[in-house]
Amino acid sequence: MTSDHDPLLAGLAAMAVPAPGRLLDTVAGRWTRVPGPAGDVYAAATDLGVAYLRTAGSAEEFAGLFRARFGRPLLPAARPPAGLLTALRTGRAGRVRLDLRGLTPFAASVLAAAATIPRGETRPYGWIARQAGRPRAVRAAASALAANPVPLLIPCHRIVQADGVAGGYVFGTPRKEALLRLEGANLDEVRDLAAAGTRYLASDTTGVVCFPSCRNARRITPAHRHGFASLAAADRSGFRPCRHCMPVLPGGPLRKQSA
Amino acid sequence: MDQTATGPDRIAVELAADLDAGFAALFEAHQNVLFSTALRICGRWADAEDLTAAAFLRAFRALSGYDRERIAGLRTRPWLLTILLNAWRNQVRTAARRPREVLDGEPPELEARGASAEAQAERHETSRELAALLGLLPDRQRVAVVLRYVADLPIAEVASVLGCPPGTAKSHVSRGLRRLRELQAAQVRPDDVAPQTDEEPDDLAPQTDEEKVR
Repeated sequence: MTSDHDPLLAGLAAMAVPAPGRLLDTVAGRWTRVPGPAGDVYAAATDLGVAYLRTAGSAEEFAGLFRARFGRPLLPAARPPAGLLTALRTGRAGRVRLDLRGLTPFAASVLAAAATIPRGETRPYGWIARQAGRPRAVRAAASALAANPVPLLIPCHRIVQADGVAGGYVFGTPRKEALLRLEGANLDEVRDLAAAGTRYLASDTTGVVCFPSCRNARRITPAHRHGFASLAAADRSGFRPCRHCMPVLPGGPLRKQSA
Repeated sequence: MDQTATGPDRIAVELAADLDAGFAALFEAHQNVLFSTALRICGRWADAEDLTAAAFLRAFRALSGYDRERIAGLRTRPWLLTILLNAWRNQVRTAARRPREVLDGEPPELEARGASAEAQAERHETSRELAALLGLLPDRQRVAVVLRYVADLPIAEVASVLGCPPGTAKSHVSRGLRRLRELQAAQVRPDDVAPQTDEEPDDLAPQTDEEKVR
């Protein structure tokens, strides 16, 4: 080899460097199969966090779904991403990191709003559209939820129809209902109230009006409980929107009110 | 490291059989060559990481659209390097103007440890100087020199990556080396040298001693 004798060639050859160790994980996803609240799910993670979570018949099928959506290779992971098992067990995303690159700003806002709904509670589709900054884009919000790359971790199953009907779900409506019941959401009560024309519950001890699935609404004793068909009606009766579940009048403030 | 010009590319065969598993093999086999090339062409560690990752991602997306036969017939190393260079050119074109500061291709944190610390530091120093000089070459010469002597590609493969006849590739390499020797001999500090524009024609240059050595 000439480079043995030529210092310039030797110098050039010495400029080859090994690639940094973590480079592959910036390109490829890593998959694992983990137990979920309603059966096993496949999860794919990148160097930034969990990017995709789906049920699938096989790892090949999951890889096909992942590749079609992200255009990235998918390799087996040595272990599940940090925090994933806990998040799936508790229904709280907690410290699990998510890779949500590639979402539209609106879809990102919709999912960010969905992520705030606590276990055991539900919110109507209209609420999420408003929280995402486009109150009239209810259908678009529903589509964004249907395309949620990380269901369960971002609990899109906690958004239901205003009449208490579970509505669509990326894993199917029966799974959505089962999940909500597992989490202790009062789906049947919301449905019965809606059938009787009640969409909001208010307490005359706190002066607060809530969605019926709100933990504050569920604490109201029957003697102090008032039902309303609309927030406007509750407003007229002097009730203010709950700061936990944040029902908002059409045209009202988009975000959590202060004090 | 050399792949012969004939016979099937082992990685291409793996890719044709299983795209995901084959991709891991592809990455493993060529990441160092791609990263070294990227680093010595664009000069910045972080840019080289991004460029290498982007090239592999582009490659995967291209492979996803190829049929098995086409994949099996690939020569993966020059193919990947071609993608890398295209990605780099696009980047350069997108960036309003390539900053012509001194690029020494330093890793973010470079630690020299143990007994080899001194040797490492010395080698590093040489690499730094050479990297700065490389940055002064016209793009085509720099790419040719890096492919031939840093990535250690045979001239036929350099030509295939550059998309030119082997004679032209040789001439880019030899002109680049000649220029590097001049720069070294002059012991110029890179800051004092005005960037040279890449305006040499793609025709055959007379062979120089550089070729005869090979």
